[in-house]
Amino acid sequence: MPETTNSPVADQVPTPVEAVAAAAAPEQRDAPRSLWNDAWHDLRRKPVFYISSLLILFLIAISLWPSLITSTSPYACDLGKSQMGPANGHPFGFDTQGCDVYARTVYGARASVAVGIFTTLGATILGSVLGGLAGFYGGWWDAILSRISDIFFGIPILLGGVVFLSVIKGGSITTVVTFMVLLGWPQIARIARGAVITAKQQDYVQAARALGASSSRMLLRHIAPNALAPVIVVATIALGTYISLEATLSFLGVGLKPPTVSWGIDISQASTMIRNAPHMLLWPAGALSVTVLAFIMLGDAVRDALDPKLR
Amino acid sequence: MGRYVIRRLLQMVPVFIGTTLLIFVMVYALGDPVAAMFGDRAPDPATAAQIRHNLYLDHPLWQQYLHYMQGIFSGDFGTAFDGQPVTQLMSSAFPVTLRLTLVAFAIEGIIGIALGLLAGMRRGRFADTGVLGFTLLMISIPVFVTGYLLQYFVAVKWQLANPAVADGAPFGDLILPGIVLAGVSLAYVARLTRTSVAENARADYIRTAVAKGMPRRRVISAHLLRNSLIPVVTFLGTDIGNLMAGAVVTERIFNVKGVGFQLYQGILRQNPPTVVGFVTILVLVFLAANLLVDLLYAVLDPRIRYA
Repeated sequence: MPETTNSPVADQVPTPVEAVAAAAAPEQRDAPRSLWNDAWHDLRRKPVFYISSLLILFLIAISLWPSLITSTSPYACDLGKSQMGPANGHPFGFDTQGCDVYARTVYGARASVAVGIFTTLGATILGSVLGGLAGFYGGWWDAILSRISDIFFGIPILLGGVVFLSVIKGGSITTVVTFMVLLGWPQIARIARGAVITAKQQDYVQAARALGASSSRMLLRHIAPNALAPVIVVATIALGTYISLEATLSFLGVGLKPPTVSWGIDISQASTMIRNAPHMLLWPAGALSVTVLAFIMLGDAVRDALDPKLR
Repeated sequence: MGRYVIRRLLQMVPVFIGTTLLIFVMVYALGDPVAAMFGDRAPDPATAAQIRHNLYLDHPLWQQYLHYMQGIFSGDFGTAFDGQPVTQLMSSAFPVTLRLTLVAFAIEGIIGIALGLLAGMRRGRFADTGVLGFTLLMISIPVFVTGYLLQYFVAVKWQLANPAVADGAPFGDLILPGIVLAGVSLAYVARLTRTSVAENARADYIRTAVAKGMPRRRVISAHLLRNSLIPVVTFLGTDIGNLMAGAVVTERIFNVKGVGFQLYQGILRQNPPTVVGFVTILVLVFLAANLLVDLLYAVLDPRIRYA
């Protein structure tokens, strides 16, 4: 725990790097560097962090405003141009329906990024609240929650997804996100429960309890900030795998459905034509892989920064 | 040891009931199996009621579940959409998927541990960076993308393997699908082994073993690997279930007539007995694999003793 290694005394002698940082942010001059400041300091020196963040910002920007980099509609299709290669103004060529592959690849980012971010938010909030309370209060609530998460762990997530989504027949982003939150929260809950149990036994929490702090104050003021780090690490890495899972489900025909533009659907449709027109598969597949890669790289960098054991 | 096994088996009971109940409710309560039989047409009410009665669907859900479980324990998994008993589908599908999983498991274990050992022994050097970059790519590229790319380049363009698996699933045909199925897990195994090996390589008992003049090969195999493999075995064990479930995607790409294929057909045609039956067996495999891993700990690590 950096809180114990970074004693305030040691921090009062600023190293040159810290002096510069302190000059840039004068309000932090007197405070000892917290875990978060420390992690931020660590992240800022990593090229991987910059590359993945830039990629993610770019992806978020084009999911919000796809027209920034394409003026073609993904629905403007001309069957006469079916499976044709690159042409003027259509750098990636056309798919079987004669739609512009470049426009569909750009518009496809929205579904993937939305599903990834909303699933992570939902699963993290649900998982850390339920898991955190289970870890803090223990007892029967903890026992019930642990058995429930055992049950969810017994079903491989892809299998559960295929069964559940094929019955629901929604196909909208909301349905897919709801289901993925439902199957994803136990993973976060386990991490949160463990982190809260560790934090609960720390001396500063015992001290707060001895001083008569209420349960809610102990949880919010002392435990939550210290139990958050492992949860954030797992959530960032999970974001990438959620995007990959959504694409797999859409590829199998049970996830997102047309008219939503999704890389998984496009790859599935292109897969039967791979021998004649591989470009229809390669572009959305490349975009999907780069997106997942960006989020997993960010997750790796955040983990390295937040996990002091690895330094 | 015996008491531990019994305790673990007892703990598996609520999980088994919970998972099968969850799947059962999803399929039977949220979907309408009778309407699905008629496709887009509306069924005749009298016929529908008759079918409902024949399939035990006119009882409350909990009775349906008990009835179904009773059937399973006497070996009756119901009938698939084409009139075949589900058990017959299983006896043709499970051997195929088992072979595929075995091939994937062997690739995952051998190559994953070898890469991890290589990276962990040369931490921070070129081999290490290479393995880290390679595994990052493997984790990031979704399985169905690697599947189609490998199928296209290795099988179609360079003609090094068959693009589809022949009937009977000979092992030669299963190598390419096995690589695809093993891909992501292989990366996790390599990373896990790397961390574990790098940690243990600094341990005192390794220094002692080297100092007393033990051959390097023996230090690695008897001391370093044996101690480093404990977390890896945990992962490998829990991964068997994921591999069999992941076969849904791989079997579709390479046209393997295994569990994934039958399960997918069952879902497409909304045939509840097929879906619930196959998922139940997969869950059992998953639970059994987890138990096996816990028991293997004692073999790998003599410090662990079960009371």
